[in-house]
Amino acid sequence: MNYHWNWHIFFEPAPNGSGTYLDMLLSGLVLTIKTALAAWIIALVLGSIVGVMRTLPSRIASAIGFCYVEFFRNMPLLVQLFLWFFVLPELLPRAVGLWMKQLPNAPFYTAAIGIGLFMSVRVAEQLRAGIGSLPRGQRMAGTALGLTTLQVYRYVLLPMAFRIIMPPLTSEFLSTIKNTSVAITIGLIELTGEARAMQEFSFQVFEAFTGATVLYLLINVVVVVAMRFIERTVAVPGYITGK
Amino acid sequence: MFDNFDFDVIRRSLGYLFIDGMTFTLTLTVLGALGGLIFGTLLALMRLSGMKLLGRFAGLYVDLMRSLPLVLVIFWFYFLVPYIGQWLTGSSRPIRVGAFASCLITFILFEAAYFSEIMRAGIQSISRGQPAAAQALGLTYRQTMRYVVLPQAFRNMLPVLLTQTIVLFQDTSLVYVLSIPDFLGAASKVAQRDGRLVEMYLFAAAVYFTISCFASYGVRRLQARIAIVR
Repeated sequence: MNYHWNWHIFFEPAPNGSGTYLDMLLSGLVLTIKTALAAWIIALVLGSIVGVMRTLPSRIASAIGFCYVEFFRNMPLLVQLFLWFFVLPELLPRAVGLWMKQLPNAPFYTAAIGIGLFMSVRVAEQLRAGIGSLPRGQRMAGTALGLTTLQVYRYVLLPMAFRIIMPPLTSEFLSTIKNTSVAITIGLIELTGEARAMQEFSFQVFEAFTGATVLYLLINVVVVVAMRFIERTVAVPGYITGK
Repeated sequence: MFDNFDFDVIRRSLGYLFIDGMTFTLTLTVLGALGGLIFGTLLALMRLSGMKLLGRFAGLYVDLMRSLPLVLVIFWFYFLVPYIGQWLTGSSRPIRVGAFASCLITFILFEAAYFSEIMRAGIQSISRGQPAAAQALGLTYRQTMRYVVLPQAFRNMLPVLLTQTIVLFQDTSLVYVLSIPDFLGAASKVAQRDGRLVEMYLFAAAVYFTISCFASYGVRRLQARIAIVR
């Protein structure tokens, strides 16, 4: 191989004036984490609402939930981001469209919302499965006690369902982190983007991507360890995930 | 809102979009899924082989691939494959690899990690009596896998494998980061050439949506049919 390895490249100053190449990758890491967290909050909130809607006795509510899930599940994330970033501002009234295009950090907001919506479908499906896995008697007992539908969900179904779906939610959160890299296409310079920039500036392709790979592995390990702890704390005794 | 829409730009570029773009996307999807399935099954067999070193290696590989974003992996292989080729052929400089071959290798190696987890679950779902019976009949390990375990595992996991293939179909759009004209890349090229982003991206979204919808409907039908037989 006549590839010229140079591992010291990480400590050499980057031409964009933000410090060393390592600083560049780390700032990408921070942006990846920020985007992932913002997207995850959106995904959790919307996903919980839609997931609950799909289990409601009301036909209309579950039909709306079904359409929502089908809409966001059947398009590639990349296409969805393009729709939000390039198409939406054109379809809205001029003033609103212009405001959206001129927003500082527009790629960040678009990525957070776009990935959030994309992942909310996964959360919704997990929650629906979680609620569906509870014995029918739980809902019936709640109703028999005179609880309203809202109370049945608030006090009986959701506390159990969320604890049961904790492990799959962990992997959905990991997917959210990984999916932030798709936002490179709308100009969000997160970890993968910074690695790509470093490769273009320094021509040290493999060092740049190795750096990014190590950082991604690091986030994964941290998330998995943290979530194991949470999973163990909230596991329901007597269920598969519990003791 | 739709006043200044130019639907003609879609009609004019249909040939390029479908004959060039969609063919690339579908070929990549089908070959990626087949290659991923074969390599993934091998990985699953390695993990279940009981040989510590093999299992450890396969496990590491799967975990590594599953914790990296596909975009990063696409970049990795785009730059790495010429060097691997050089190493394999022993030539003096990195060999040229076409865009399609580079993407195909990436998707096979990446999806293998996901397919291997599906096949592992499938193999583990076969009751112990099956391989035991095969062994009692005097079949070798290879024959047991080939004629008894894998056909059943494959059949049980068929809906999941197909669902993963739909995900793969959507994921192939990410080759956009290498400016390769797959379906989305072709749409985006026309969009930028003619300044018709809105029409082209809406059209591309509609096409992906329709194909994925029909495909997942088909998978659901298949799942219902398999469920009755079992």
